[in-house]
Amino acid sequence: MTGSAQPRRVVALGMPRHATGPLAAPITAPEPFADAAARKLKDTQLRANLGHATRTIRDKRAAVVAEVDDWEALRDRAAAVKDDVIARLPELLARFASAATAAGATVHHAADAQQANDIVLGLVQAEQADRVVKVKSMTTQEIGLNEVLEAAGIAAIETDLAELIVQLAHDKPSHILVPAIHYNRSQIRDLFALRMPGFAADSDDPAQLAGAARRYLREQFLSAQVGVCGANFAVAETGSLVIVESEGNGRMCLTLPRTLIAVVGIEKLVPHMADLGDFLRLLPRSSTGERMNPYTSIFTGVTPGDGPQQLHIVLLDNGRGAVAADPVGKQALRCIRCSACLNVCPVYERVGGHAYGSVYPGPIGAILSPQLTGQQAGHNRSLPYASTLCGACYDVCPVKINIPEILVHLRQTGPKPLAERQLMSALSWVMRDRRRWKAALRAARAGSAPLRLMTRRRGHTLRRAPWPLSAWTAHRDAPLPAQESFRDWWRRTHE
Amino acid sequence: MTARDEVLARIRYALSAPADPVDPPRDYRRTGEHAPGAPQLLQLLTERLTDYKATVHSATPQTLGSVLATALHGTHRVVVPPGLPEEWMPASAVVDDGDLSYADLDTVDAVLTACVAAAADTGTIVLDAAADQGRRAITLIPDRHVCVVRAAQVVQSVPELLTRADPRRPLTFISGPSATSDIELQRVEGVHGPRNLIVVILND
Ligand code: SF4
Repeated sequence: MTGSAQPRRVVALGMPRHATGPLAAPITAPEPFADAAARKLKDTQLRANLGHATRTIRDKRAAVVAEVDDWEALRDRAAAVKDDVIARLPELLARFASAATAAGATVHHAADAQQANDIVLGLVQAEQADRVVKVKSMTTQEIGLNEVLEAAGIAAIETDLAELIVQLAHDKPSHILVPAIHYNRSQIRDLFALRMPGFAADSDDPAQLAGAARRYLREQFLSAQVGVCGANFAVAETGSLVIVESEGNGRMCLTLPRTLIAVVGIEKLVPHMADLGDFLRLLPRSSTGERMNPYTSIFTGVTPGDGPQQLHIVLLDNGRGAVAADPVGKQALRCIRCSACLNVCPVYERVGGHAYGSVYPGPIGAILSPQLTGQQAGHNRSLPYASTLCGACYDVCPVKINIPEILVHLRQTGPKPLAERQLMSALSWVMRDRRRWKAALRAARAGSAPLRLMTRRRGHTLRRAPWPLSAWTAHRDAPLPAQESFRDWWRRTHE
Repeated sequence: MTARDEVLARIRYALSAPADPVDPPRDYRRTGEHAPGAPQLLQLLTERLTDYKATVHSATPQTLGSVLATALHGTHRVVVPPGLPEEWMPASAVVDDGDLSYADLDTVDAVLTACVAAAADTGTIVLDAAADQGRRAITLIPDRHVCVVRAAQVVQSVPELLTRADPRRPLTFISGPSATSDIELQRVEGVHGPRNLIVVILND
């Protein structure tokens, strides 16, 4: 491409870039989804835990959503507000940055995970802190911040109960909202007994386990110098950050340390304070199935005498600009990480979050991970196939992301195996001409006649086809061609 | 090129393809069916708070003293914000002048404050760190939070709360005591925030 024919190449430095390199590992599937899923399906304990948990949350969500008479209007409006944000990102980011700065915050910009981690690490080191207390944050998971801090000798203490469980188990999160959803209560009790200093609870009653976490973390909260958080929303007009939580660990981290560092994806913006009303009605009902979550903190810059006296906000791109450039895929940037789509997904419920190989699992992960990294990264191109396209995710999504549409779009635009491409181009040649098509059907019927006899008892389906069709039959049965075409049947019975 | 310019340039480039402008219909409900403080709202607020395991009392200016005594039963030291109304002040009050350390706050038995507004639909109370509520730490560290809500502060919904709260102040929306659903998605009350939330609705 030459500069003159492609005038936009002049701003080559500003080309939207995907999240790449070793630091994209948390959002890059290391193996094909189908392989990971096949392994996970064999774990009956996992399936039992997930089935129980997702059923509970689905029922709770349905009950509190039914209480809201204008739910559909809320969804439409929230989707429109987010689309407006995506269309006006540069303007709103600049507004947010200047409002937050005026209120005493320091705003940083990070193009990718590396830059964001460097900024945060530098800030923690400047405070000479040997540990930070963390509010649960998907964005810091996405950039692998904990690993970077630990490598520099700084302990990153997760304070959300589920994150703490995962951290103590040296495991990975498997759900956006409840990262330890794959553990049941007795597994958690055993883990605490093994790894939590001073643990003393004789039962696996969730209230007792929560009490143990309270005692364990209290000292950490009271003495922490640096807190690290994400944000659920960032209000452009006022420069405010909004953090939604349940346990109070968030309030602890946002209030007690001297210094607070927030890593915020650029799509978290909403234009006005008044816009929050809809989102605060949509989010808790969709995520935990509560009318309102126990604690929501909204703060703007620094308040003398109250809370952290230094606030750093790191605005993160990490592939989001590239997502915004895709006219179909950009809807994914509306996501408010409620996890309702995970809880209703028949695929997620059976395979769990780890099969997706990314910190973003489930239906949203299947569209977000490959879009943030580009489909070439690792095995992310296999994620858009981790779906039956049943549409349940679209129905529950509070910001009306048409996930099935994006899945199909990614399948269409993603890299495909050679055999599939050859097959498709041959097929399209055949189907372009009626005579060629009829001849092909006739040949298929003749060719499959002996198979019909063999598969009689299985309803004429084929379990294993030869290569290259074996890619299809590895995971599903293939029906044999019908004995008679529709046109022939019509002619025979109606003419 | 700074990181900021780079981020912004990338997004501008990403958005350079023409797209239809979006004009969200901001037809937000700014008032509820019931006027602030209406009996229906007070009743709904009570139900919602109770549902989420908060304790609710109602009081008149005459009964407030005894209701607060009940709410603070068994406490020896109660931290209060500097601007708490004189007539609410318990005998065991420790006034926070901003000097109490976190360790001190961890040893008091309870905190008593006012609030700025409450929403009935969701059982939500908003604190904005004004003088009758104090800095955020005092309503966070003690294990019992007694909060007086004046009837006129009770509106219907969360969107209405936003019109009553000043975002330049640190805001905390509280809907019931601290809770978690992290174990088998079953809600249990009582993790890091105050495990007991006692709300006194004052009909004045
Ligand atoms: S895609 Fe929709 S349903 Fe799924 S987590 Fe995001 S906002 Fe929730």
